[in-house]
Amino acid sequence: MIVHTQEPILEVHDLMVTYGRKPVLWGVDFTLPSGCIAGIVGPNGAGKSTLLKTIMGLITPSSGYIKLFDRSLDEVRSQVSYVPQRESVDWDFPVSVLDVVLMGRYGKVGLLRNTGPRDRDIAMDCLDKVGMSAYTKRQISQLSGGQQQRVFLARALAQEADLYFMDEPFAGVDAATEQTIIALLREMASAGKTIVVVHHDLQSARAYFDWIVLLNMHLVAAGPTNEVFTEETIQQAYGGRLNLLSQVGDVMEKRAFPSRER
Amino acid sequence: MIAFWIILTGSLVAITCGLLGCFLILRKMSMVGDAISHAVLPGIVIAFLLSGSRDTLPMILGAGATGLLTTFLTEYFHRRAGLQTDAAIGVVFTFLFAVGIILISAFAGQVDIDQDCVLYGEIAYVPIDLWVTANGTIMGPRPVYILSVVLILVVAFICVGYKELKLTSFDPAFASVLGISTALWHYLLTAAVSITTVSSFESVGAILVIAFLIGPPATAYLLTHNLKRMLAITAALGVFIAFAGYWMAYWLNASIAGCMAVVTGLCFLGVFSMQRIRSSRIQPPIADPAAG
Repeated sequence: MIVHTQEPILEVHDLMVTYGRKPVLWGVDFTLPSGCIAGIVGPNGAGKSTLLKTIMGLITPSSGYIKLFDRSLDEVRSQVSYVPQRESVDWDFPVSVLDVVLMGRYGKVGLLRNTGPRDRDIAMDCLDKVGMSAYTKRQISQLSGGQQQRVFLARALAQEADLYFMDEPFAGVDAATEQTIIALLREMASAGKTIVVVHHDLQSARAYFDWIVLLNMHLVAAGPTNEVFTEETIQQAYGGRLNLLSQVGDVMEKRAFPSRER
Repeated sequence: MIAFWIILTGSLVAITCGLLGCFLILRKMSMVGDAISHAVLPGIVIAFLLSGSRDTLPMILGAGATGLLTTFLTEYFHRRAGLQTDAAIGVVFTFLFAVGIILISAFAGQVDIDQDCVLYGEIAYVPIDLWVTANGTIMGPRPVYILSVVLILVVAFICVGYKELKLTSFDPAFASVLGISTALWHYLLTAAVSITTVSSFESVGAILVIAFLIGPPATAYLLTHNLKRMLAITAALGVFIAFAGYWMAYWLNASIAGCMAVVTGLCFLGVFSMQRIRSSRIQPPIADPAAG
């Protein structure tokens, strides 16, 4: 079940991605409206990160195309921001928290020029938004997982983009960080920004996202959460995986009787 | 005066190699330095055969070309054959180095270089390799001028591309999304390493070049978590190693390049042991506050 939108901010058209000769994504065709928080959801190995990397131009698709703001990525780079998976970088790298956030400004500053006081102010402001302003000078090797994720988020904010792509920002972070991040994302969305998040947890997906792209190598469903995130489509995406079926059951149960957490 | 020129040459090579080496080890491509310093051999020989002279410029061009070829082939085998990068490096550089050796032995009569010179160099001959101008003025050792120019170029390269080098080393995916080409900076860095290598090893030899590329940056990496400070410590350490290595060789009456390489290793060992001792003193109370 695929719900398209008029005037999409992101359009993925009949995308196919292969590693060598092995197709890892095919028949992916969906659109996203602006100002939404969209979740790319699916089981492990469904190609969620691959889809995101393809949209970001890090992987070349075998067929199909992607349009952002109805243009190609190269024309709108300054409006697009990316948060890679936390594990994708070496956190022993000799830079400070502020250095990492300033990297978000490099695209705006351009070649041969250094970041100035204005970039610094923006970076500080972004660190403040993620609650990390006390850690400015801290070396990144001394951060916890949740703090690392906040720093990455601050770096993305420093890009001052309109469209944000985040790869598993909730993976391995503490509950407080998860709440900070989701509150921030909602604030950004209400300011008209569009956020696309790769997410693996079915439980929270319904609460977090107002648009869902359900993926299992091919596109299972895409559209507003309450329309497309149904028992049927989740079964379709996760079907046949016994350990996950119980999780699906869990989600359905939660929908009927929301559990209270103490 | 002889000591001054030798130490100056050693310092210049140590600083140039060390600055580039910082980025090599942060990119986890330390072995690339090793590979390039060997793989440039056929390039040098071919440049020599074509130009018929041992002038610096053709040598640098030949070395630069083979250095880039090494990087390209390594990347190609890594991508296309799915071979691990270090395995690809191992195949490519031994092959190219061997081709260089064959070229030297086949054209032995015409080539004024031999593999001993390339591997071990002879820094002690630097003071007698003088630059004499057309009207007979002696300007001092030729290698010092060449190495100074290379050092200035490398420093300029790092200053201009500092933030790009930093970002493409730390987070290549993010760099690409910003529109900064990771491949371009990768090749620029390897080209800089090739040029540095070839201009250095004429006087100090490939082994010392490798020691200078990795040793001081690795030591500095243990000492700081700040990239700029890491570069500064590396440079200072390079000068110290050139000094200490020379005087060690003087007292032992041994190979200067060998002593400098040994001092590089000793520096690393010293810093490493100091940190082990310090951390073993500090850690118990942190690990188990109840024990105290």
